[in-house]
Amino acid sequence: MENSEESVRKDRVITDGAANLISRVEELAYELTIGEVMSRNVKTIAPGTKMGDVMETFRHARISGAPVVSNGDLIGIVSLEDLIRALRESNIQAPVGEYMTRQVMTVKAASPLIEALKVFDQRHIGRLPVVDENNKLAGIITKGDITSGVMRSLQYDYQEEEVRKYRARHLFEDIISDRTSLTLRYKVKHGEFALGGNASSHIKKALLRLGASPQIARRCGIAIYEAEMNIIIHATRGGNIRIEIEPNQILMETLDDGPGIADIALAMTPGYSTAPDSIRELGFGAGMGLKNIHRCVDDMYLDSTPGRGTRLEMRINMQSQEQLGDTTHKS
Amino acid sequence: MPTLQDIIDQLELKVLTVKRDFDAVVPASGYASDLLSCVMAGAQKHSVWVTLQSHANIVAVAALLDLSAVIITEGAMPDPASIAKANEEEINMFFTQKPIFYVVGKLWEMGLRSE
Repeated sequence: MENSEESVRKDRVITDGAANLISRVEELAYELTIGEVMSRNVKTIAPGTKMGDVMETFRHARISGAPVVSNGDLIGIVSLEDLIRALRESNIQAPVGEYMTRQVMTVKAASPLIEALKVFDQRHIGRLPVVDENNKLAGIITKGDITSGVMRSLQYDYQEEEVRKYRARHLFEDIISDRTSLTLRYKVKHGEFALGGNASSHIKKALLRLGASPQIARRCGIAIYEAEMNIIIHATRGGNIRIEIEPNQILMETLDDGPGIADIALAMTPGYSTAPDSIRELGFGAGMGLKNIHRCVDDMYLDSTPGRGTRLEMRINMQSQEQLGDTTHKS
Repeated sequence: MPTLQDIIDQLELKVLTVKRDFDAVVPASGYASDLLSCVMAGAQKHSVWVTLQSHANIVAVAALLDLSAVIITEGAMPDPASIAKANEEEINMFFTQKPIFYVVGKLWEMGLRSE
């Protein structure tokens, strides 16, 4: 079993290649918690510490501020500015309690990062103490922690998706045969409208991972979606989708043993549909499905026998520059 | 051209899915239909789709077409499962009580066009 942090990160994979990095950072601000990016080993100061000793602590730890803690409770925060004030007043023998800021703004470790960003945005402060659910000090967060936390997470997402794509793209090169193909099979249930589009979106993602162009993936996605919906709407016993991916072509086949199509030419006519009203109300059965498929694929062949079932074959050819895998060394 | 944030603000849309940097998204065009196959045929990549359908299948359509956002009209509220699916597929879903005609008119006024 993977630990929970890993499973959280798996949900953050960048999909469809060039994801918009800016909006990704924004998303991460909502997905990551303050606890995930804060510094945990916090230098704390006791209220009785002399300001002169605080200066030494800052110098050694290379920090510019620290929370003041008494019996585990956060009672204030002391920063370089406070230290400068003490120096100006030649009072570095004074205890921290005299110079620290008492009303400390804190954030919760379990809150999303955006909460800390908002506070930094509204107030001109450099650091925020982080407290746990019992209001005990859990860590400290600076703008620098946020930047490095987000960068780490982006890097992780990016690497993971790149590794997957790299592996998938080299599939056709790494396996040597006279003719290599990858077959994907999906079962489609009759009447399962809520699952409609699942097979097509999985196929589209698979093609993108294999290095297909977004146009090819989109055309396949649309064709399969329509074929998938036809099974869900009409094939009373469900059906199967089979996709055979080769470097230079994609063959798609749907097969069902449903009621079949009485007049194929009529079924191909835009606007013609046998879908019942209940299904049309949901926006299906517009009579455009087969027409859409025809538009998206290079070849299609529809074969049906009433009472026996329907078989639909579709093919998309890939131009040489669109071929899957790196085929340059083969030519 | 308006950004998604401009559209959300001007039409007072409710954002049903995860909030993103909507200022950074400029939709390419607009499309309106409740017939999914027509959407499949007619909606351009990165467009905004206006519909009163609210079932989970609109998410599949929007994801397959790489739409920028779906605006669901006339108070048709998708169920939580559909919204979860939209988040999973990274589809932006907005909601309004206003009818399609009003929404499309406003979008056109804001400079969004049909391809």
